[in-house]
Formats: sequence, structure tokens, C-alpha cells
Amino acid sequence: MISIKNLTKKFDNFTAVDNLTMHVKKGEVLGFLGPNGAGKSTTMKMITGFIKPTDGIIKVKDMNVETDSIECKKLIGYLPEGAPLYGDMTPKNMLKFVANTRGMNLHEFKVAFDNVVVQTEITDVINQPIDTLSKGYKRRVGLAQALIHNPEILILDEPTDGLDPNQKHHVRNLINDMGKKKAIIISTHILEEVDAVCSRACIIARGKKIIDNKPRELKKIFKNNNLDNIFREITLNK
Amino acid sequence: MNVLLNIVKRELASYFSTPLAYVFIVIFLTLIGSFTFYLGNFFVRGQADLNAFFAFHPWVYILLIPAVTMRLWAEERKAGTIELLMTLPLTTTQAVLGKFFAAWIFIFIALILTFPIWITVNYLGQPDNGVILAGYVGSLFMSGAYLSIGSCISAITKNQVIAFVIAATVCFIFTMSGVDIVLNFFKVWSPEFFVNTISSMSFLTHFESITKGVIEIRDFLFYLSVIIFWLFLNVVVVEFKKFN
Repeated sequence: MISIKNLTKKFDNFTAVDNLTMHVKKGEVLGFLGPNGAGKSTTMKMITGFIKPTDGIIKVKDMNVETDSIECKKLIGYLPEGAPLYGDMTPKNMLKFVANTRGMNLHEFKVAFDNVVVQTEITDVINQPIDTLSKGYKRRVGLAQALIHNPEILILDEPTDGLDPNQKHHVRNLINDMGKKKAIIISTHILEEVDAVCSRACIIARGKKIIDNKPRELKKIFKNNNLDNIFREITLNK
Repeated sequence: MNVLLNIVKRELASYFSTPLAYVFIVIFLTLIGSFTFYLGNFFVRGQADLNAFFAFHPWVYILLIPAVTMRLWAEERKAGTIELLMTLPLTTTQAVLGKFFAAWIFIFIALILTFPIWITVNYLGQPDNGVILAGYVGSLFMSGAYLSIGSCISAITKNQVIAFVIAATVCFIFTMSGVDIVLNFFKVWSPEFFVNTISSMSFLTHFESITKGVIEIRDFLFYLSVIIFWLFLNVVVVEFKKFN
């Protein structure tokens, strides 16, 4: 579904993403791990077509993200870093705007809306201005916005950031459910999340991929059952 | 087309969901009204026309239009919502046009709300309503030109204050380029065709000829080409930012 080849992004003299290659298949949930500033968000921004790579090719379902950008964007649901939303709108109007822009008609929107509101548990605040919502609600409205068109591909930048433990649990279950039918990339620095939802973990540091493996295999390789230690070992030492 | 319409709708709704629209409209009407009656001597002139009214439009626009356009892109960039918008399946041109048309419709609404002055002049005398209509259309076109400048400049920065100051300055330069003070500065050292080019870029000269009743297509075409030029530049700026 998603194939990334030799992806590089340079900002002036700083290399944010360095020759990154990876693939995500349908039914996979890839956990994108790394310290702050490792290049996770930058990579996601390039997959979704928000910024352009300096070098390398990203393909979504065999379409080039740069040349077929509109078609690619139709397939992707994206929760950007920090879950930015139009604060003056209500979640309902916001979702309607996204759905309409994605070409859904009123009936399709209503069905999807009823569905997604329950999935992300935002029923209570659906008519309140987004500016007045708590961090947890905002994050879930952001998630709802990414899910509204039932995309084949989901790119979620820190989907559980700012949620309380119950909400985290709920969102993880949601990702687990969807993971069977979609290709999903989530970025996180919460390592328990990788155990909970990811079928694969890709650890990057300073823009370079260090490890790409199943969470279970990682533990075997490092003879260590704690992902935290593995993470520390590979991102600090190398 | 649907996508474009959808963006226009969202943008336009955002004007009225915040105090911005109301503050703008009240100040716009107050400024235009007081200029017309006090500085323009609407009554003292003893003429049934709206020249005293239209004469101040460029100046009010210089001040107020950058206030409308400064947020168009700078705010989206600051809040991060630009990432949301630009990862939806739409082209940069659609986003630029959507924002521009919403702002233009908003100015159109503000302009329509000046209708009491039109009623006043018709009550007091027999003005040439054709000329007045041309003045309104000319003013709308001119406002579009200011808006396109402001929109483009707003895309350069994420700081709204900077967007305002630069846009107001550029608008001022384009307005004043037909006035002798500016032209004399160029006359000293540059060839005549260059001076003529600068003076022909003036928003003021084109607008004055429209409000005087000299209605020529080329004055409207002038504003239209200014709009297209700046909106094109706007698209280029937004596209260029994808590389940084």
C-alpha cells in the first residue's frame, strides 16, 4: 500500500530524513518510533503530500505522491502533529467541511458521521466550538476528521497524545480493529503502545532507520523484554 | 467546482463566527461615512453625485483590507490548520481562489451596506445612477486587487502583524504610483516609458476615471489582471513553501 524508497529531506544544512526506505502492507499497523526530532513527523508530512521530499520516491497504491497528489490524498486519512483544527467551527461543521471537500454527498456524510462520532466518542461535544474543547476531545475530533471517508490508509501522528488512560485504551482498540482492513502508520514515543497496537515497529533516529521488525522479534534479538530499554539502547548508542 | 464552493463557504462562515466581520463592517461604514461628509463635504458641494464618497474608497481599503487578508494564510500556518487543508484532495489553486472569493464576497457585503448614502443622494437630487453603479463596480474590482495583494503577502509569513504591515505598504505604493510626488521621484532619473508604466499601474488613476463616469473596459481589465497576477503569485508562494 505504501512504499517509500530512499526518502531524504534536507532543510538548509540539516538532514531531517536520511535515505529512508520502508513498506507498509494492507493489514499492517506500523509503529513509527524515535526520539523527538528524529524525522517521524517530517516523513508523515511527505507521505501525505504536505511537504516535498528532497530526494526519493513515495508511492501509495502504486501512485506517486508527488505526481498523482490528488488521487493519493483521497486514499489517505491524516491526523497531523498536534491535531490542528479550525477553532471557530464546531466538530460537526468541521467534519462536514472535510467530508464535502472529499467529495462525499449528504447521505454518505450522514452515515459516516453517525459512525465516526461513536467510534471516536465525541457525541457530547458535537455542537460546541472546537476552541472550547479539552485537549482529549480535540485529539479525537482530529481522529474523526481523518476517519470520516473510511480511508484505506491512515497516517496518525501521535494519536493518543493528550488522552487519559481510558481514552488511550479506547483509541488503541479502535486502531486494532481498523488495522485488519487498512494500512496504518502511527507515530508515538509511548512504547507500550507499540506492544498494544503495532504489528511492526520501525525505529528511526537522526533521520535514519535503525530497526524495522515485529515488536516480538525485537525483544528476542535484544534478549530484553522491555521495549524502553531497547529504545534507549539503540537511539542513544548509535 | 464543488471543492472551491466548499472552501468559500467555510471561509465566509469563519468571518461571521468571530467578531471580525462585525468590527470590520462597523468601522468600514463609520470611516467611509465620516470621510464623505466631513472631508468630502458631501453637502457643501451641492452636487448630486457620489464622488465625495468614492474618492475615499482607496484610502479606506489601504487601511482595512490588509486587516482582512492578514489572517488568510498566516493564521492557518500559525495554527497548523494549513496542514489539514493542504492534505485534503484539493489543488493549491482551489485553496487560493476559495479564500480570495470568500474575502471578496465579504467586501461586497460591506459595500452593499453603504446603500443609505445612495438613498440619500437620490432623495436630495437626481444623480446619474449609471455612474454610481459604475463606481460601485469599480470599487469592487479595486477591492479585489487589494485583496489579492494582501492574500499573497499573507502566504509569505506566519506572523499576522508582518502580513498586515507589508500588505498595507504594498497597497499604498500601488495606490500612490500615479501621484506626482511618486512620479517626480522617478522622472529625475528614469526614461519616460518607465515613468508611464509606473503611473499606469496606479489604482487611483484607474478608479478615478471610472467614478467620473468614463467607463472603459480597460480600467476593469487592469484590476482583473492585477488580481490574476497576485493570485498566481499566491499559488507560487504556497507551492514553494512545500519545499521548505
